[in-house]
Amino acid sequence: MTSQRAHQRTNVVWLGSPSFPEAAKPLLRDEQLRSNLRRATGTIRERRLAVTGELDDWEELRTAGEAVKRRTLRHLDHYLEQLEASVVRAGGQVHWAADAEEANRIVTRLVRETGEREVVKVKSMATQEIGLNEALAEAGIDAYETDLAELIVQLADDRPSHILVPAIHRNRAEIREIFTAAMGRYGRPAPEDLTDDPAALAEAARLHLREKFLRAKVAVSGANFASADTGTVAVVESEGNGRMCLTLPETLITVMGIEKVVPAFSDLEIFLQLLPRSSTGERMNPYTSLWTGTTEGDGPSTFHLVLLDNGRTATLADATGRQALACIRCSACLNVCPVYERTGGHAYGSVYPGPIGAVLTPQLVGVENAASLPFASTLCGACYDACPVKIDIPEVLTHLRAQAVESRRARRKVPSAEALVMKAAAAVFATPGRLAAAQKAAGLGGRFLGDTVSRLPGPLSGWSDARDAPVPPRESFRAWWERTEGGTDEEER
Amino acid sequence: MRIALFLTCFNDTVYPQTGKAVVRLLRRLGHEVDFPPAQTCCGQMHFNTGYRPEIVPMLRRFTEVFGGYEAVVAPSPSCVGMVRHEFPVVARQYGDNALREAVDAVVPRVHELSEFLVDELKVTDVGAYYPHRVTYHPTCHSLRGLRSGDRPLRLLREVRGIDLVELPEAESCCGFGGTFALKNAATSTAMLADKMTCVRETGAEVLSAADNSCLMHIGGGLTRLSSGVRSVHLAEILASTEEDR
Repeated sequence: MTSQRAHQRTNVVWLGSPSFPEAAKPLLRDEQLRSNLRRATGTIRERRLAVTGELDDWEELRTAGEAVKRRTLRHLDHYLEQLEASVVRAGGQVHWAADAEEANRIVTRLVRETGEREVVKVKSMATQEIGLNEALAEAGIDAYETDLAELIVQLADDRPSHILVPAIHRNRAEIREIFTAAMGRYGRPAPEDLTDDPAALAEAARLHLREKFLRAKVAVSGANFASADTGTVAVVESEGNGRMCLTLPETLITVMGIEKVVPAFSDLEIFLQLLPRSSTGERMNPYTSLWTGTTEGDGPSTFHLVLLDNGRTATLADATGRQALACIRCSACLNVCPVYERTGGHAYGSVYPGPIGAVLTPQLVGVENAASLPFASTLCGACYDACPVKIDIPEVLTHLRAQAVESRRARRKVPSAEALVMKAAAAVFATPGRLAAAQKAAGLGGRFLGDTVSRLPGPLSGWSDARDAPVPPRESFRAWWERTEGGTDEEER
Repeated sequence: MRIALFLTCFNDTVYPQTGKAVVRLLRRLGHEVDFPPAQTCCGQMHFNTGYRPEIVPMLRRFTEVFGGYEAVVAPSPSCVGMVRHEFPVVARQYGDNALREAVDAVVPRVHELSEFLVDELKVTDVGAYYPHRVTYHPTCHSLRGLRSGDRPLRLLREVRGIDLVELPEAESCCGFGGTFALKNAATSTAMLADKMTCVRETGAEVLSAADNSCLMHIGGGLTRLSSGVRSVHLAEILASTEEDR
């Protein structure tokens, strides 16, 4: 399993980054980033609360969403085969990709067969996950992102830091700089007098992208949902740029994680309510595009659906961890997470940041390859409350923490310092006598230190960098209880 | 009612005054309180850090010590959360049949202090007097773990002399998170800074919560800044009376 998982490591892009605590440090020092994130997540958070609060049956909708997703995952093989048959019946072609490499190879081949050297892209997490743009570039094919935020990220040669709002870490002044500096390299340059007025920025992007929409013969998209019974694929977006890609080109290639299938077209009723309210705080999604195979004289004449595994069936085998596959990529957990709010997405070293990333990424790549991520949470539970399909993220986090510890134990001959501390602590807690002795030692030590300690040694120094530590009292409660016979001595009341 | 105090190892060692306050409060309300001295720890630190097999002896000890009591009360939502939500998980993963049954038998009788007072003893006015300006941090394990809701605030509102002020962004995590504060010290500190700003905005002289671990974290930051804000466990406020003046 280890070698197979080690191979998969390359299959979720950009996991070569340092562990979460290291990656977070420079980000935490970035005041501009902190304030951009605080403003953006705060705004979305309030909007989400307002629009979820106005539905009387919001909790029932969540329960329904959870039920459909969990049932689908239990019978995933059945629904995927049904989906394949439905898509083929509707005139599409279906391809199965075991990992990122295979998916990239399939898409590259399909683009080459059209004779084209460029594609327009609809915002897609699956293609981010497998690093499709980079793979296409190696094959001499230019991939242009058309989602506004993805465009900003691509022009800046940056990485997305949010699932839904990839450029959440940028403010409009930074965006103006990026447009002015980079648009000309990819196509129509930004106007020379571009200001940081949002309308002016949007207009510059519109003109830049329009050229690409009208020229492109091939489009690549992801999928939010695909219904097994009809073979219908659905993409939701806010700008309409995706719809341009989904209708104007001759060939459409959709890369979809296998967990995105839902049993029936009618199930979309649930998710098209849950998703926009959870993600952008909107009652309804501005653009919802649905297509079923191909239709003569309407939209692309060739449709390919690439079904991507890339660690998903391995995840499915874990009865606790598999709930992460129910994710509908709404980002509600990112927007309520106090850790994400401080660090942003780049610290997570994955295209899936935030709480869901902390449980999804380690499962897709093998927990030993992303061992710091399950610990990048205080377990405050805000993510679980916000999740529209009730993924118990804290449960999966502690589950994966145990796996991370077990996998380290299996690989190391000598126990880590942390393992020794935990072992020693467990020994102290094994009997009340040992606990009392340890308390007495701590209390005696404390007598020389005053009321608080402002400097702690070794691994504890992270605490005392910012906080005073309390000094254990001379007498523990249990010692007091024994001395006063349960506090019955009046003086010691 | 004969109540067992599960003080938790952390309170026992570092905050004995909280234990004394719980004993005083429950006795004042007319109940017998026992502290079974064989108790040690719930294993939360081990659980949250990923060391599950180590917890099994602690779990076994807990069921042996507290199995015979009608009610077990702890002044810590996070430790009660560990018992209520995670004991069954660990017992099913690593325990034998006997342990699983013992866990299932004891779990429903373990209560967090504020929910025990409000739900079991049906009291919100505990006869306390505390003439200070107080703000209350609800803590994640109380709010989202145990769903304690406004029970602590209902208790505090009945305290005579108290000037209870609302904490801005009260539901945000303070950044403690057990070993998170050590493993991700920089992020934890950033969260702490925002929490302290909110506390200081209230002008309160006392910050209260139902968990001493969060209070140790926030209070440790507040004393570092010489802010003059004291951290006091909910139980200590509820145990205070006019005679203490």
